[in-house]
Amino acid sequence: MAASHRTLRFAPLDLGQWAAWSAFVIALIVAPLVFHSSLALTVLTQMGTIIIVCLSYNMLLGQAGMLSFGHAVYVGLGAFIAIHTMNAVTHGAFWMPTALIPLVGGFAGAFFAVLFGYVTTKKSGTTFAMITLGIGELVASSSLMLPEFFGGEAGITTDRVIGKPVFGITFGPQIQVYYLIAVWCLVCTAAMYAYTRTPLGRMANAVRDNPERAEFVGYNTQRVRYLVVIIAGFFAGIAGGLAAINFEIVSSENVSTVRSGAYLLFTFLGGVGFFFGPIIGAVIFVLSFVMLSEITKAWLLYLGIFFLLMVMYAPGGIASLIMINLRVAKYGKFGRLWTPYLAVIVAGIPLFLGIAAMIEMIYHYQLDSANGTVAPLFGLAVDTATPTPWIVAVVLVAIGCVLMRHASRFFKRHWDAAQAEIQSAIERSHA
Amino acid sequence: MERALEFFVISLLNGVSYGLLLFMLSSGLTLIFSMMGVLNFAHASFYMMGAYVAYQISVWVGFWPALLIAPLVVGAAGALFERYALRRVHRFGHVPELLVTFGLSYCISEFVQLIWGRAPVDYRIPAVLDGPLFTVYSSAFPTYRVFMMGVAVLMLIAVWLLFTRTRVGLVIQGALSHPEMVEALGHDVPKVFMMVFGGGCALAGLAGVIGGNAFVTEPGMALTVGSIIFVVVVVGGMGSLAGAFVASLLIGIVQTFAIALDYSFVTLFARAGVVLTPDSFGYPFLKLTIAQVAPILPYLLLVLILIFRPRGLLGKRED
Repeated sequence: MAASHRTLRFAPLDLGQWAAWSAFVIALIVAPLVFHSSLALTVLTQMGTIIIVCLSYNMLLGQAGMLSFGHAVYVGLGAFIAIHTMNAVTHGAFWMPTALIPLVGGFAGAFFAVLFGYVTTKKSGTTFAMITLGIGELVASSSLMLPEFFGGEAGITTDRVIGKPVFGITFGPQIQVYYLIAVWCLVCTAAMYAYTRTPLGRMANAVRDNPERAEFVGYNTQRVRYLVVIIAGFFAGIAGGLAAINFEIVSSENVSTVRSGAYLLFTFLGGVGFFFGPIIGAVIFVLSFVMLSEITKAWLLYLGIFFLLMVMYAPGGIASLIMINLRVAKYGKFGRLWTPYLAVIVAGIPLFLGIAAMIEMIYHYQLDSANGTVAPLFGLAVDTATPTPWIVAVVLVAIGCVLMRHASRFFKRHWDAAQAEIQSAIERSHA
Repeated sequence: MERALEFFVISLLNGVSYGLLLFMLSSGLTLIFSMMGVLNFAHASFYMMGAYVAYQISVWVGFWPALLIAPLVVGAAGALFERYALRRVHRFGHVPELLVTFGLSYCISEFVQLIWGRAPVDYRIPAVLDGPLFTVYSSAFPTYRVFMMGVAVLMLIAVWLLFTRTRVGLVIQGALSHPEMVEALGHDVPKVFMMVFGGGCALAGLAGVIGGNAFVTEPGMALTVGSIIFVVVVVGGMGSLAGAFVASLLIGIVQTFAIALDYSFVTLFARAGVVLTPDSFGYPFLKLTIAQVAPILPYLLLVLILIFRPRGLLGKRED
């Protein structure tokens, strides 16, 4: 009895947690001071909103086991209601400070989650996934049908500077918007973390892991799922409201199923098993949309391949990779894993270079050959019309494959051995 | 009266041919789902792949070889994917399986653009099948539509015979309900699953071969049809082939009729003598014609079914 009590209660002063939260707060405050170019500020501002989106999405996928293909519906509709509210305030219909507009988006998101969640949560598992896709498609198609509300092709625009300045804050300059979003991001992250500690948050885990047992204990799993969808919709809507303030435009692209797919993809890449995983996912989301898409036209293909590999080899996402390596380091096994890691990286370089070269050359040949057959590739000018670069690429891939085969075996042997040692060390400490 | 009948017959025929095409897709999806519990998100991507491969083969050697080779190519691609990717994540559960096929749909869509470009390709109907076959009053009905229906029906009969009349079909059915027992009898169950997955993808590929030139072969074609076949499977009842058949035809016919009907609530009220103006309450909704709302009808049907009959039209399980 005493033992079970001890496992349920967490330490009153958890140093690791305090450190993590302080680091998060400091990062939010300091980030725009360190990276102060206007591009960096845009990127950071977007990260703030996407962090909320990905965390709210993980309430469904990671914490309640609900794979949704329609999360953009709540983000997007929250954004639309928020932007219409801002326009109404501009026209003097009523008064509302800009800083509270995200709350309007949040309630809108929750409202639509009440509406659509009633239908989607009738099922669980893969059927739930299909229904959310249907609902997402329903809203996306409707958005093109009702230009009065969704603004058609052009979208709805607004001006975020509404009302009189409060303490000199107008939300005109980007830096003020950043700090507004940072505050909302922190509040929402804290609230979503607190939610995981509530009975509902725990029941969501139970419904994910074993719905039959949850039913036997006396919970209505359908209602638990419904409540989770509503809360996730609320936070998604807040993020939508923030996006409306940030971009001053919302279009039907914001509710599209492609957008929903992106939220899913990046939340998963970040890692659904840990609370902080989606934050990593959100950071990658913005970096790849803003920066990777500038570097290469084939970025979606790289992303797709990376996603496939992650699902196959690291279904816990980047967060789980970090945590498992921290565990390795904690038990002092990192010393023996240096060489296997190095081997995998060395084998990976020619493989990656070869594949990337092929993809880039084909892309150039297909889509850009009107501007000549010479493609810039890794700082070199490569003529895609001659066979030499293709042969080099194929040879690189072949070498990479052979090396990777050996390296991965070598890595697996050492990795498994290290994990077994850690396991036995843990068992010894318990005994 | 004659015009109404003409409209009715032509729309019905078009609706049935579209519905049969949907069923070619949803049958493969349902087969894979009921055998392996895997919801293949990339199913429509295999349909797209079928269309593109068929286009390429028809450019090289012609349409008729493409009709045979393209489904085989797509089926082989599906089997390889099952063997090297899907089987690996099988132990993690159904959601990662769905995710891996989701990732695949991303990759296929990008690969297709990589190889064939972003614009639609010129995948043509063969000359023999081009042109009208018969006319209803004044409307001509294209030969190719009849050919599509023929291929779909032949495929269905072939699949049905395979399942009920052959040894392979019996092994597959056995592997579905009692995999351990079938394995104990010396059959390679993972290989059976691989074949089922490949077969389902080949069916999608075949649908792509005959659908790609009837409609448009472009990189967005997987997305447009993908969500509709998911709706078909849920509306019909998860894992029910007969349900998928009914739902496919229903959605095919409803959508075909809807896009031709230019009526809205405004015209309806006008008949009743009530004139609505842009100032009336809810005018943006009321002015929408049936043709305009046609794209969302399948999803509305999905919502209605889930509210009033959650297990689907012919579904057995309630989960």
